[in-house]
Amino acid sequence: MRFGVLRFPGTCDEVDAQLACERVGEAVILWHGDRDLQGVDAVVVPGGFSYGDYLRVGAIARFAPIMESVIAFAREGGPVLGICNGFQVLCEAGLLPGALLPNKTLRFVCRQVDLVVERADTVFTNACAEGERLSIPAKHTTGCWYAPPALHEQVEANGQVLLRYAPGESFNGSLADVAGVRNEAGNVFGLMPHPEHAVDPLTGSTDGLKLFQSIANSVAAHV
Amino acid sequence: MSDTAVAPHRALGLTDAEYELIVEKLGREPNAVELSMFSLMWSEHCAYKHSKKLLGQLPIEGPYLLMGPGENAGAVDVGDGLAIAFKVESHNHPSAVEPFQGAATGVGGILRDVFAVGARPIAVLDSLRFGELDSARSRYLLEHAVGGIGHYGNSIGVPTIGGELYFEGPYEQNCLVNAMALGIARHDRLTRSAATGPGNVLVLFGALTGRDGIGGASVLASAELGDGDADKRPTVQIGDPFAEKKLMECSLELLDRELLVSLQDLGAAGLTSSSSEMASKGGLGLDIHVDRVPLREPGMEPFEIMVSESQERMLCVVEPARVDEVLAVCAKWETTATAIGEVTDSGRLRVLSGGEVVGDMPVEALVDDCPLYDLKPEKPSAPIYPAPRRILDGDDPRDALLALLGSWNVADRRPVFEQYDCLVQSRTVRRPDDADAAVLLLPAPTDAGERPAIAVSIDGSGRRVACDPYRGTVEAVLECAANLACVGAEPLGLTNCLNFGNPEKPHIAWQLFESVRGMADACRALDVPVVGGNVSLYNEGPEGPIYPTPVVGMVGRLPDAARAGRLGFAVAGDAIAFAGPFQPSLPGSELAKLRGEPLPDGLSELDVAAVRRAQEVVREAVRRGELRSAHDVVEGGLAVALAECCLGGGHGATVDFRGAGADGERLLETLFGEGAGGFVLSGPRPALAALAREIRLTFVGEVGGDALSLTLDGGATLSWPLAELRSARERGLADAIG
Repeated sequence: MRFGVLRFPGTCDEVDAQLACERVGEAVILWHGDRDLQGVDAVVVPGGFSYGDYLRVGAIARFAPIMESVIAFAREGGPVLGICNGFQVLCEAGLLPGALLPNKTLRFVCRQVDLVVERADTVFTNACAEGERLSIPAKHTTGCWYAPPALHEQVEANGQVLLRYAPGESFNGSLADVAGVRNEAGNVFGLMPHPEHAVDPLTGSTDGLKLFQSIANSVAAHV
Repeated sequence: MSDTAVAPHRALGLTDAEYELIVEKLGREPNAVELSMFSLMWSEHCAYKHSKKLLGQLPIEGPYLLMGPGENAGAVDVGDGLAIAFKVESHNHPSAVEPFQGAATGVGGILRDVFAVGARPIAVLDSLRFGELDSARSRYLLEHAVGGIGHYGNSIGVPTIGGELYFEGPYEQNCLVNAMALGIARHDRLTRSAATGPGNVLVLFGALTGRDGIGGASVLASAELGDGDADKRPTVQIGDPFAEKKLMECSLELLDRELLVSLQDLGAAGLTSSSSEMASKGGLGLDIHVDRVPLREPGMEPFEIMVSESQERMLCVVEPARVDEVLAVCAKWETTATAIGEVTDSGRLRVLSGGEVVGDMPVEALVDDCPLYDLKPEKPSAPIYPAPRRILDGDDPRDALLALLGSWNVADRRPVFEQYDCLVQSRTVRRPDDADAAVLLLPAPTDAGERPAIAVSIDGSGRRVACDPYRGTVEAVLECAANLACVGAEPLGLTNCLNFGNPEKPHIAWQLFESVRGMADACRALDVPVVGGNVSLYNEGPEGPIYPTPVVGMVGRLPDAARAGRLGFAVAGDAIAFAGPFQPSLPGSELAKLRGEPLPDGLSELDVAAVRRAQEVVREAVRRGELRSAHDVVEGGLAVALAECCLGGGHGATVDFRGAGADGERLLETLFGEGAGGFVLSGPRPALAALAREIRLTFVGEVGGDALSLTLDGGATLSWPLAELRSARERGLADAIG
């Protein structure tokens, strides 16, 4: 099982994501200017501030050469996980529904939050139990998930919301406390909290590891 | 020239005597390029002309020292072939004029210092001082300085893991923004800045050079603040963390590939300072072609290019055969890089434009010949600072604890530190609020499966130093070491930032003199060397000087992160003990401030050796895993420390204060008095009892319940439900800054 972790200029959490992936498989860093995904089984678009995020968050990274290959990989059903800035990039790329708006406080917040697993029968949550609470840190300025009412209704009806902030835990004002959504096909998933920062008991919690383990499980099941 | 009222050298901050000396060293009058370069290199900020003689007292040798003062950052050995480089620096005057960019570029500057020595930055801490928060100016400065620090640190992927924050009237006009950074490197990767090898090429890389920050070191950093500071905004630099992120990755890759002879960042005084320092350290000369420097705007004069403080730039020396490889790595990171000069054996710094020499100075004259001044210290005969405003009436200890917990200096710092990413890079074992010091994992576990870690803390109480510059500074060093002890770390090295007023005034000179003497004595008593630091003088406004504020950052090591200490009470039924040679005293305390009492002339005497002994015993007990919590006693004394232990762990406590009197001043002194050397510990009773054989230790109570209850003489009790304590502590800052 081999993960590819993207690195744009301004990406900050790629090494953390690589270390998390390496707890359940192998992982390589993929450079934004390349097009070769090096035959990886899953792609992680990590957190940070790609290209400085001086325009709308994720809006430039979406046009990076490597993203052409990631979009093709996703269309073929390859698993793609977007974390924080990666979630924003995947929304900009049209791979995930909705958009991320500035937090309701307009401030950056770094906080350990509790998430509730909505579904456990997916590529990204099969190592969790439905209804399970995960303690994972979130840290961002632009993490308020939004979708127009019709789209939101459709996302909920399709069961695309995999993680929600537990009651009272959301600091960003996300619609319906959505913390993470997948695409309709089920192979692309994005979330604002950082599971890669919850993989070692010494640094807080190991709950985030379950998401990486889930991806490894589903890749193994398909091989 | 020197006798005209508007002589150019005076406008640039040089005295007539200094100007005459420059003429003597050059053998002629300097031209405009040379004069502007001398004015920066001979400014207080670059030449330390009022502090250098004093700083010689500080100990700079120690068993773990790898790189001492003089390089971009100092470094200590943390074992396994690894080094931690670190330094603290001020960005006070820029932050007082434009807080967001001032603070942001302060973080950018200290990060460059760390990666200039070849270390990957792994942490930032900040030390902030503002006026009281009921002032709109202080709220504005706080909000924007914190925003700037977060903007820069978060965007570049370096965690901000700790800091300190105080509000006092004397910082109203002149806030303090000190930033500390730590980096990690293998010993053999530590890089020096000396230019070597005549014929080698000087490459400038990073951001374009513009007109921002011109004269920052001389105009902003080396003069008092006053009316018309808004006019100084053009001297504040603008930060671009994305440019710095690329610059950092680029610099580290260049060093990984061993392509550089030496590396230096461009900070205060820009190209002038960086090039002359590199030449001076190598004992060589440099030719710089300013017409090759990539500019952000056309038509810049040679002197502007030489003194620009545009951010996110580095200067390196490269062997001619390696230049193409260097440029290729810079291109990969989308970082502009240009060969702008050569190393020469002339011993002169020459500035060329269009092939013509526009400046030509001996490097030694620029770097070493600035006159150093003796201070004329004189203890002031009358108090310098007004008494704080009274905001607490009466002597009811119940009200006093709630008032202290809600006061801006003691209240929960969460509304500030939550604006910083404290997690990126996956090293953070103790986050802000978990413990008295931040704890970061080192990369490699030992064969025994232990996870070595470092701990870091930054401390300094200006008001205590204003009461007693010598003892207040000793206390700051001891507090920093105590914070490390509480997580189980042994101190390895210290960096300092000396924030003072105008040293040409005798009473400020006295504060500085006494403070440095205190720091030197405390460092010697703890066997901790100073690895480098920064001096920020002229921190005064029309209403007077700031409190003298030496800020101390200390780095320590602990053998196993799994046993890093915490501050909160953890297990109901655990015994609580007070440990250490603590002598509480109210004058100069937070409670005295709230009661509007004038600053005392002097603090109580300290037994530094006994404090060190207590710290060692606490540290060893934490390392053995015998304590469930350890917290040092500082602002607000024992009662505040107990409340913080309760709130930190979510457990109440019952504590015996019989013998302290049921009411009156003596009880207040016992509960809220301050001083060095006190710890609140909790754990199984037998483990604590063993410590009592080594240091002064008194069992005082037990963890449990949902209130903090104190038993007083005559059967009286004082009790606060945890919810009441929590609400007071959480609301203090949150209410003020929203």
